[in-house]
Amino acid sequence: MSGMDRDAAALLPPPSVAGGRAVTLPREPGMLGAFWRRLRARRSAVVGLAIVVGLVLMAAFAGWIAPYDPTATDWGAVRAAPSLAHPFGGDEVGRDVLARIVYGARASLGAGLVSVALAVSLGLPLGLVAGYAGGWVDGAIMRLTDALLAIPFLILAIALAAFLGPSLTNAMVAIGLSATSTFVRLTRAQVQAVAAEEFVEAARSVGNPPWRIALVHILPNIVPAILVQATLTIAAAIIAEASLSFLGLGQQPPEPSWGAMLNVAKNFLDQAPWMAIWPGLSIFLAVLGFNLLGDGLRDALDPRART
Amino acid sequence: MRAPDYPIVSVRNLSKHYPLRSWWGGKASVFRAVEDVSFDIRAGETLGLVGESGSGKSTIGRAVTMLNPPTAGTVAFEGTDLAKLSPRAMRGMRARIQTVFQDPYAALNPRMSVGDYVSEAFKLHRPEMGRAERRAAVAGLFERVGLEPRFAGRFPHQFSGGQRQRICIARAIALKPSFIVADEPIAALDVSIQAQVVNLLQDLQAELGLSYLFISHDLRMVRYLCHRVAVLWRGRIVELAESDALYDDPRHPYTQRLLGAVPVPDPAAERARLAAEQARPASPIAEGGDLVEVAPGHWVVTRS
Repeated sequence: MSGMDRDAAALLPPPSVAGGRAVTLPREPGMLGAFWRRLRARRSAVVGLAIVVGLVLMAAFAGWIAPYDPTATDWGAVRAAPSLAHPFGGDEVGRDVLARIVYGARASLGAGLVSVALAVSLGLPLGLVAGYAGGWVDGAIMRLTDALLAIPFLILAIALAAFLGPSLTNAMVAIGLSATSTFVRLTRAQVQAVAAEEFVEAARSVGNPPWRIALVHILPNIVPAILVQATLTIAAAIIAEASLSFLGLGQQPPEPSWGAMLNVAKNFLDQAPWMAIWPGLSIFLAVLGFNLLGDGLRDALDPRART
Repeated sequence: MRAPDYPIVSVRNLSKHYPLRSWWGGKASVFRAVEDVSFDIRAGETLGLVGESGSGKSTIGRAVTMLNPPTAGTVAFEGTDLAKLSPRAMRGMRARIQTVFQDPYAALNPRMSVGDYVSEAFKLHRPEMGRAERRAAVAGLFERVGLEPRFAGRFPHQFSGGQRQRICIARAIALKPSFIVADEPIAALDVSIQAQVVNLLQDLQAELGLSYLFISHDLRMVRYLCHRVAVLWRGRIVELAESDALYDDPRHPYTQRLLGAVPVPDPAAERARLAAEQARPASPIAEGGDLVEVAPGHWVVTRS
């Protein structure tokens, strides 16, 4: 070792010819391309993505897809069995079940997306502050979260929805508030794990102010976990919306929602089972799609995972 | 490369204590990770800090840079006491003081391109620089540390350990600091890469007039790189001297034992060394005493 000297400098790669000229730095296909490759490599994730995209398109273009007005009644189609005219059959007042399923996707997906968006937009900042600031701020936020977590998700949603009054918007708010505590907890735990990493200390050592460390260095590293949790929570929120609507606390008649359709259909299970089968199947498919997508995202978003 | 004689960093009576609190009303006590440590680092000088694991080497490095501020003592950097600076003033000061960390795998943000990582130093401390100007500066830094500028858009996981440490060094020198704390910068690297990184650090020192606090447990590398060496034992400096003086004439029993533990790259000599070590069991080293100058520039803890 004592013979080691400046000759080792010869091992340095030769400086490129760019010398004093301005050098352009091309952006290489970075994380996004690799992420997409890994997601595609997982069949279940692709199936989940296809289901989700299909349902979203169905909800967006409901007016073109649905064969009838979802609230128009037809006395000739009351509890009618599936036929060419009404492929999914008719409901108790003769509305087309297919049209109601297609329009009901708006309520279900809307409730899932809006409520989770609300939960993330409340939970993420709170969790970030709690995890990074620590001290009494952390204590206050976490005790509040613990109190909310002590109440089962659906019970809390029902209580909040009942308090706010029955409407789809209030149901979304109730579900969103009930799901918030999950995101606070998850964000806080992730922030604490990332904040202990050496690159955060390196960020401090170069002079980053605390807000910049939290937003530029910690946040991008916890987004994958939040995204996965959000996808899985959308599935739970869809079920919650169906449950609230089933209880009459969500979508109000005559507007369609899968949960509300099930609520009515339970009275006619022996005479018109199609009234229950289609909304039930739709809920199942939507929840399955978001769960598969969430699992696929979890695997694909790990930067250390190889394809 | 003789260093001029005025100190750029002057550490006095630095201590770092961690409270050990009994959870049910017991008597509170403290763990003294670093106790009453003083040293100077002159401009353009490398001071080595050696000692076994847990002796407080890294704690001193993090206390000097205020990443983990000391419990007591002063750290004067270019005449300013860092411990008294406000957080905002300290952030500004970080343009002049940089750290190179031990593990280049952990020190890089996995979701930030390495170009952005280096460029961050300019964003924080040179707000007047435009985007194109920053890019050109980053490209220049990449070349300086021996990396191709076109790699700037890549992410840390696409680089080897040696390349990552070069990236960290590129960021550390981006703002032309005068003082860099290198906390075991080569411990996580292969031996062949270690030589390259150490040589890079030396070249940069000659070029930019940098002062280093070089923390390491690799005693031979410390002798090769450092002008002066401080030996740390149980949170205290037990010996501080010019490198050659310390290695040729270690005075403190702990220093002697530390240097004696370096393996010799000759099987026969190594066997003889181990046999001699076993023949005379190590006697306990007494704690306490004061640093006394036993020869010009050679300080040793001596029991009074």
